[in-house]
Amino acid sequence: MSLTTAHSVVAPSANSKRFAGAIIIAYALISIVPLLWIFATSFKTPPDSIAYPPKIVFQPSIEGYCNLFTTRTRQTSEYINSLGPATGFCDETVRKRNMVIAGPSNFLPRFVNSLIIAFGSTFCAVFLGTLSAYGFSRFKVPLADDLLFFILSTRFMPPIAVAIPIYLMYRELGLSDTALGMILLYTAVNVSLAVWLLKGFIDEIPREYEEAAMIDGYTRLQAFWRTVLPQATTGIAATAIFCLIFAWNEYAFAALLTSGTAQTAPPFIPTIIGEGGQDWPAVAAGTTIFLVPILVFTILLRKQLLRGITFGAVRK
Amino acid sequence: MLNRTAENVARATPEPLARKVRGISDKGLAWLFISPTILLLLAINIFPLFWAIYLSFTNYRANRPNEVVKNLGLANYQRILGDKDVWIAMQTTAHFVFWTILLQTLIGFTLAWLIDRKFRGHAFWTTLILVPMMLSPAVVGNFWRFLYEPQIGLFSYVISFVSGIPPTDIQMLSNVSLAPWSIIIVDTWMWTPYVMLICLAGLRSIPEYIYEAAEVDRASNWRQFWSITLPMALPFIMLAVLFRGIENFKMFDMVNLLTGGGPGSTTEVASITLKRQAFESWRTGYSSAFAIILFVAVFGLANIYVKALNKVKQR
Repeated sequence: MSLTTAHSVVAPSANSKRFAGAIIIAYALISIVPLLWIFATSFKTPPDSIAYPPKIVFQPSIEGYCNLFTTRTRQTSEYINSLGPATGFCDETVRKRNMVIAGPSNFLPRFVNSLIIAFGSTFCAVFLGTLSAYGFSRFKVPLADDLLFFILSTRFMPPIAVAIPIYLMYRELGLSDTALGMILLYTAVNVSLAVWLLKGFIDEIPREYEEAAMIDGYTRLQAFWRTVLPQATTGIAATAIFCLIFAWNEYAFAALLTSGTAQTAPPFIPTIIGEGGQDWPAVAAGTTIFLVPILVFTILLRKQLLRGITFGAVRK
Repeated sequence: MLNRTAENVARATPEPLARKVRGISDKGLAWLFISPTILLLLAINIFPLFWAIYLSFTNYRANRPNEVVKNLGLANYQRILGDKDVWIAMQTTAHFVFWTILLQTLIGFTLAWLIDRKFRGHAFWTTLILVPMMLSPAVVGNFWRFLYEPQIGLFSYVISFVSGIPPTDIQMLSNVSLAPWSIIIVDTWMWTPYVMLICLAGLRSIPEYIYEAAEVDRASNWRQFWSITLPMALPFIMLAVLFRGIENFKMFDMVNLLTGGGPGSTTEVASITLKRQAFESWRTGYSSAFAIILFVAVFGLANIYVKALNKVKQR
């Protein structure tokens, strides 16, 4: 096969390859500019970030990161001079703007909330999803197709439509603005993805492995635990990352159902405000920190991406 | 080595406890495995859905929980279907869905078709192109607001640099005729890679021998594209359109942060209207009815579409 394709009459010519490559590279570079701009802005000073024309060359500064993690108050220069020497780079930078650090900002707790809620809901969704997927894959479940469709159909709901009754229900149950409430909700949203993806992965593991194990004296449960699970590790890991990304990025539910203690980073980042409008370097710094895990995951996932985004409908 | 094998065998040998577990039949195990998921979905999705259906027949307001709830029958539904603002929101949504899907399909398919030439380094560049679709739509929407700022925003600056229009005149987010396009541009930037990836799978699923046969028959490249490439990739393109269609019909986060529905209500897609009614005007009953109508619409349209998709697949 490789011999025939190497000299194939249908292989694209060198010129057409070069042309295709040039266009794709140009598109990739242009589409990545907004992200590079976010990254660059996070290292600008506030005046540099709103300069006209937009500054491409600038003196890098970590003021944005300082502002992201602290709250500051304006003080008179006499007061600032009366303080001892600055205790760190951030302190020094802030004092140059006639301000002192008043305390930590809410960014870190919001970021931690995002971590707790994303990992908690991912664990639950993958756990439930693996069990259900195995059930659907290996046993004759009555109305299996209807149940699977029911599981998927919960994704058709616009999030705001779901949020209205959830808001009332959580208010009654005392789950409003709690990490537990958000974990339950994200688990319910992600479990449909987990079931569909994992069913695909488990379908691909030959039944013969379990049957052999069961002939050797394993129970069904042991066969599941010792032969199926180890073989499905890649699929489970990929599914977990997809669930993580969803929970990490989710905004609509978080914005409507959390306000304080359980608020996650996506609704918080747009609210970072400096003196006289949005503090863009701080917003950019928060965005950069928030996006880095996703970039890592994208690279890890690139081979499974297609499957994940189509609920396992396209497997390549 | 031998020792370890013996150890493994010993560990794997069923214990008395395990023998008890053996008592569970396959059928019992199936339900044991599936029911937690179903129960969770019933509690978090289905129960609230029924609650919403109930509320949609009432005048309940979530900010006045102690007020007596009146049963209105179908009045909420009638009012929504006769509400001019709702129809404007539906038109805005349709405009948004139509243009984003059209642009994403055209650009996405073209990109996939080019990547399928398999030039050197195509894997790296493909991964780079995929990055925007993995990001949080809310965070992206918020940041594009910065890029769209008149004068200081990078987008406005580049456009004015290229076109010669004074930078203060490029008001992407506050100009009534530009704002709908500003959300379409961001959505297209973000989700074209998604369509591209699915189209790429479609193109790669076409076996090479078909092209070889066409080459033997001296079919022109043009003819090959229209008679082989496009029809065989069509089910994949349609699948991408289905997923994007559903997602963009529900669109909330990116638009909410980019324009918040404004200026006025020019970018107020259905989900934004729903949010304003439910969480700003607190017309819970009314907005529940609207939510049900939206749900039925997505569900119905998706069902019709899936039937068409299956027909194309069977061809």
